[in-house]
Amino acid sequence: MEELIFGRLTLREIPYDNPIIMATLGGSTMLLLCIAFLIWYHGKWSYLWKEWFTSVDHKRIGIMYVVLALVMLLRGFADALLMRTQQALAEGSAQGYLPPDHYNQIFSAHGTIMIIFVAMPFFIGLMNIIVPLQIGARDVAYPFLNSVSFWLTASSAALVMLSLGLGNFSHAGWSGYPPLSEKYYSPGPGVDYWIWGLQLGGVGTLMTGINFFVTILRLRAPGMTLMKMPIFSWTILVTNVLIMLAFPVLTVVLALLALDRYTGMHFFTNHGGGNLMMFTNLFWIWGHPEVYIVILPAFGIYSEVAATFSKKRLFGYTSMVYASVAIATLSFMVWLHHFFTMGAGANVNAFFGIATMVIAIPTGVKIFNWLFTFYRGRIEFTTPVLWTLGFIVTFCIGGMTGVLLAVPGADFELHNSEFLIAHFHNMLIPGALFGYFAGYAYWFPKVFGFKLDETWGKRAFWLWIVGFYLAFMPLYALGFMGMPRRLIHYDNSHWQPYLVVALSGTLIIFGGILCQILQLTLSIRNRARLRDETGDPWDGRTLEWSTPSPPPAYNFARIPQIHTRDAFHSMKKQARRTEEVDYEAILLPRSSSLGPIMGGLTFVLGFSLVWYLWWSAILALAGLIGCVIARSWDEHTEEELSAQEVRAIETALRHPGASVSFAEKSPPIQNLTFERSPLP
Amino acid sequence: MTPAHPPLELANTGREQDHDSVGLATFGFWLYLMTDCVLFAALFATYAVLHQNFAGGPTGKDLFDIPYVFVETLCLLLSSTSVGLALLAMQRLDRTRLLYGLGLTVLLGVGFIGMELHEFFRLLSAGNGPQRSGFLSAFFTLVGTHGLHVTVGLIWMINMILQIGRRGITLPIRSRLIRLSLFWHFLDLIWIGVFTLVYLMGVRS
Repeated sequence: MEELIFGRLTLREIPYDNPIIMATLGGSTMLLLCIAFLIWYHGKWSYLWKEWFTSVDHKRIGIMYVVLALVMLLRGFADALLMRTQQALAEGSAQGYLPPDHYNQIFSAHGTIMIIFVAMPFFIGLMNIIVPLQIGARDVAYPFLNSVSFWLTASSAALVMLSLGLGNFSHAGWSGYPPLSEKYYSPGPGVDYWIWGLQLGGVGTLMTGINFFVTILRLRAPGMTLMKMPIFSWTILVTNVLIMLAFPVLTVVLALLALDRYTGMHFFTNHGGGNLMMFTNLFWIWGHPEVYIVILPAFGIYSEVAATFSKKRLFGYTSMVYASVAIATLSFMVWLHHFFTMGAGANVNAFFGIATMVIAIPTGVKIFNWLFTFYRGRIEFTTPVLWTLGFIVTFCIGGMTGVLLAVPGADFELHNSEFLIAHFHNMLIPGALFGYFAGYAYWFPKVFGFKLDETWGKRAFWLWIVGFYLAFMPLYALGFMGMPRRLIHYDNSHWQPYLVVALSGTLIIFGGILCQILQLTLSIRNRARLRDETGDPWDGRTLEWSTPSPPPAYNFARIPQIHTRDAFHSMKKQARRTEEVDYEAILLPRSSSLGPIMGGLTFVLGFSLVWYLWWSAILALAGLIGCVIARSWDEHTEEELSAQEVRAIETALRHPGASVSFAEKSPPIQNLTFERSPLP
Repeated sequence: MTPAHPPLELANTGREQDHDSVGLATFGFWLYLMTDCVLFAALFATYAVLHQNFAGGPTGKDLFDIPYVFVETLCLLLSSTSVGLALLAMQRLDRTRLLYGLGLTVLLGVGFIGMELHEFFRLLSAGNGPQRSGFLSAFFTLVGTHGLHVTVGLIWMINMILQIGRRGITLPIRSRLIRLSLFWHFLDLIWIGVFTLVYLMGVRS
């Protein structure tokens, strides 16, 4: 009976015996309560619910995505710090301070969080905010679906966070290879937290992929042919193709592992006719494109930043587009390089090795394009430019070590060593994270109407880049010295100095993160001084800079006509003055509480599945189906903003000098709506 | 410094983006179907890898009853015809025939699911459940995922019948019916793959 109600959930699942976890748990619970109290104290809960949580405005959803990513970045970084400290200490007779089981969970959580809950929501947030503005659209194709996607991602992030205090997280690495992740080696709830965290968030990502693909193909402003589209939107288009092709495979591989674990099937077991290498293959058929899913958007950001701050048009636009498409195509032909040691044979390995090296060609094209964009430009060394330059240099080093790893013979020696750790951090930190930071600084004034503090931004950059080299270059050396990845303890005293240097690098990166927190705080405090009235603080070239900052809910009162590639740049040069604009009524999507409700139900569903609470899993699933059906009966999903209202908003927005805060400046969203119900 | 918000050249009408909500929804749904296609491709690939892993258990030749599955297949194929007829009635705004068409489709769909469940129970009660071998895990998962899709389609269709009864053939309802029929035909197509690759090739030994 007790099992029927509580499944396998007991109070013993709270890790009382681990002081590190309990302290973290106590601290974060206190922090959450404090924040909740402060919001209540200032009477902002209803404002948050009405204007943000239930909003279907792509800009607000985007901001929520970025906030989620930044919060999760802190969590993922804390994991990194714990691991680096452990490895710097635990040599010879010293055992370090982390119990082995906890250490295994930390490296699994670190990878999962950084890829799925930092990189993904960060770029999805930026693309939410910017893509509709760049292509001259009023919103995404399916605004309500967009809100559901966000809440699925947020609830699966919450599920992963919860594993800290209730039960444990997976100890099978972020890639969760069987048979270790099978029930007979990992009977606890950890792997299940990992499965449902990825699975539910993955469904949200897949819907986002469809949403933005349709948005870009169908909602561009008249005259904007594909080859006149800003390059960031191009990379996002390619990224979303990758999402649509890759994420269903993740859904399948996680579902099959769940079936093994929950019902005793034999997909990946090493008895009963299972085939565990099939997991590895399927996982990386998703996993390798996933790398490009997070990197291509950053390539797009670097391209925008390079062109804007060199005061030149992007060099080699066409080759940039073709390079993106080539990278995307090749990304599906290299998955086997993650496990050359499987034993597929020399010819198969040679094919995948060569395919991997070939990716360096379109990537090299991009590098040269950026360099030639900067060449003879009037470069302004703003924070986004620093991130871009830091990326170009660092990414080239990572690329070269990648080509080295692509040689199967070399890979036999180096795989699963610290060399690999150094390599993929060398790709993903400059290749993705630096790009998102550049985009964050570049588009911040568009979103909030004031710039970020440049001084602290530059300090953050320098600490990050110095810290990066100190943290990861020693790992290359350690790889050559034979140190395997994921070690909790070692007996080789030659390794320790390198690991101490790596720790010091991590601490310097920590300094960079502190600078970024300070930068944000100071910028908000000094927002009057940093305010940008023009909507175009950088002398931008693309359409998003033609709107006021922050843009109104409908983005464009009238849709612009596009003739050229850098549409806004040429419009500014022609400076054609249209006198009185005839405003028209605008249909806007109405905000919906179904988004957060479905997110909540998804959380309950995931939680119930982890703890075998079948009754509540069934209730949550029924609730989710009910929500979709309820949505299909709702006929008032959009509302019209009359021409007079549009005129009033536009007049207010286009009067420089009026200092209004972000919230007041945007029109009240709860009065505005849209149609286009998604799915049934 | 550039002037505050330099004026844009405007398109002739500001409402280009409010066009064709049906086309937009249908396009997105098509893409969803393509992602579903990738999902089934992964399941078919899994089946292909595991289809000889009997682990000492029964093979497809021992288990599959082709005439039975053929009747099951006919149910589903006929339901595709009836949903097509329903859509034709929708075009003519003929509510009665639309409802008959959808009703018939639901009946055939329920028949299909019923027969599939019966087959599953037959296998389970003989001890040949998905836990028996890698082959049976892959079989149950591939066929079961298709069945799950059909079940979702049935819930959707019943919801649509209720909506048509309540509101008639409105534009949003037509949009949903177009997508529903796409979904249904897609599942038919997948089933043809299942019937051929799993059943017909499974008994060939």
